Amino acid sequence: MTWLVNNWSTVLQALWSHLALAIPAIALSFVLSLPVGWLAYRYRWSRFVLVTGSSLIYAIPSLPLLIVLPALIGTTVRSPVNVVVALTGYGMALMVRSTADALDSVNRDTVISATALGYSGIRRLIAVELPLAGPGLLAGLRVVSVSTMALVTVSAVLGIPSLGTLFTDGFQRGIVAEIVTGIVSTAALAVLVDRALVAIGWLLLPWTRART
Amino acid sequence: MAADTSAATMSSTSRAPSVRFEHLTKIYSGRSDHPTVAVQDVTLSITAGSLTVLVGSSGSGKTTLLRSVNRMVAPTSGRVLIDDHDVSGLDAVKLRRTIGYVMQESGLLPHKRVIDNIAIVPRLNGATKASARERALELMTVVGLDQRLATRFPAELSGGQQQRVGVARALAANPRLMLMDEPFGAVDPIVRSDLQRELRQLQDQLGITILFVTHDIAEALALGDQIVVLAERGRIAQQGTGAELIAQPADEFVADFLGLGAGRDLHLQDSDGTQLVMDADGRPIGRLSGHRR
Repeated sequence: MTWLVNNWSTVLQALWSHLALAIPAIALSFVLSLPVGWLAYRYRWSRFVLVTGSSLIYAIPSLPLLIVLPALIGTTVRSPVNVVVALTGYGMALMVRSTADALDSVNRDTVISATALGYSGIRRLIAVELPLAGPGLLAGLRVVSVSTMALVTVSAVLGIPSLGTLFTDGFQRGIVAEIVTGIVSTAALAVLVDRALVAIGWLLLPWTRART
Repeated sequence: MAADTSAATMSSTSRAPSVRFEHLTKIYSGRSDHPTVAVQDVTLSITAGSLTVLVGSSGSGKTTLLRSVNRMVAPTSGRVLIDDHDVSGLDAVKLRRTIGYVMQESGLLPHKRVIDNIAIVPRLNGATKASARERALELMTVVGLDQRLATRFPAELSGGQQQRVGVARALAANPRLMLMDEPFGAVDPIVRSDLQRELRQLQDQLGITILFVTHDIAEALALGDQIVVLAERGRIAQQGTGAELIAQPADEFVADFLGLGAGRDLHLQDSDGTQLVMDADGRPIGRLSGHRR
């Protein structure tokens, strides 16, 4: 406890860095998976390639990826951009499938009804299909969020600060309190972000709470 | 659908259109080597301002015919004319906004409140939110819905209420033609007969053309000015008024469909001066009105 009291500003710094890496990656995974997931949903034949292909990203080990990435995208080895790009890839590996499944789950009769009312294709997608896919999208996003919050810690190995820095530093210097702080705060932050996503869903998807 | 339509300004000046199917064929190729013929060479005229019921079992192609009117289904060959306009020459999205469409269950958008469901087509046509909602509230009265339901979501309504919302929504853009695909199929029998009676009243007042699809002959007889009995793949077994169909069924198929097969003839029986209508098994099914002592 003494360690935490003396080093709270370090922990807070690490926490902000952690969020600064994780939140953009989570947001980008969500946004970039929308068009890919939509293609997989709209064009059946593309589904296998897109869903399986993006899932395979998850099989790439993170450390080698983070080392190779700067050469591929022209960043420096210690740039936070590498971490965000890699984590966005891992996020999309999960989110593309969720997006396609969520769109699939929208009742066909409802889509037919919307077409009969005179929604054009793009307008129907934005105003009907995407909102109704909301619960499925949210479920996928929550998995991506928890996974990303945990994966960010790997950045510490490359010298990019995050809550993972508390493990690496703690191990090197033999400070158990620092390691424990790293683990607990990573988990707590993941739960907090998850709760925030649930709250956003509660606000944006009011009909899912409609009493029947 | 209460009798009060004065609140709604539905006195659109353009008259109700006729609909004509000409040699319409629709083949669904599907994925297999066996394409499905949904309707084959159907030619059919729907009188302007009538409530015409297409009645048939599953596989009769009735929904395919209905959906070819608002271009939800593209015919393989043949054409559909609204008045004298071939629908294939019209913009599909704009066309659909001018034609009311009501379907069974799930036709309402579950994420929109009642008032916003009804306001959809005016909003798509560019009406302001305020004016579209005002119109939606008027229509709720027309179809006999309590305005306090306006802020509910569809899942919070009974089946009968949902269908009333569906009718109100279809009327929102003052359509002169309305397509109804088994709209009352999922509601209980008592509510269904209320909805049928009110739809008749509404149609009498609005004078629009309604094309109504059902598999229920009782519903067809209760609603239709004209009834079209469809056999397999849209083959027209008979077209006529309910009275014509019952008096002169064209063939055994129609007679069976009407429930006029062997042993289904009705007879009268006098019971204390009241003329009871009995079925073939001697069970009372009604009373002859005006025959009471």
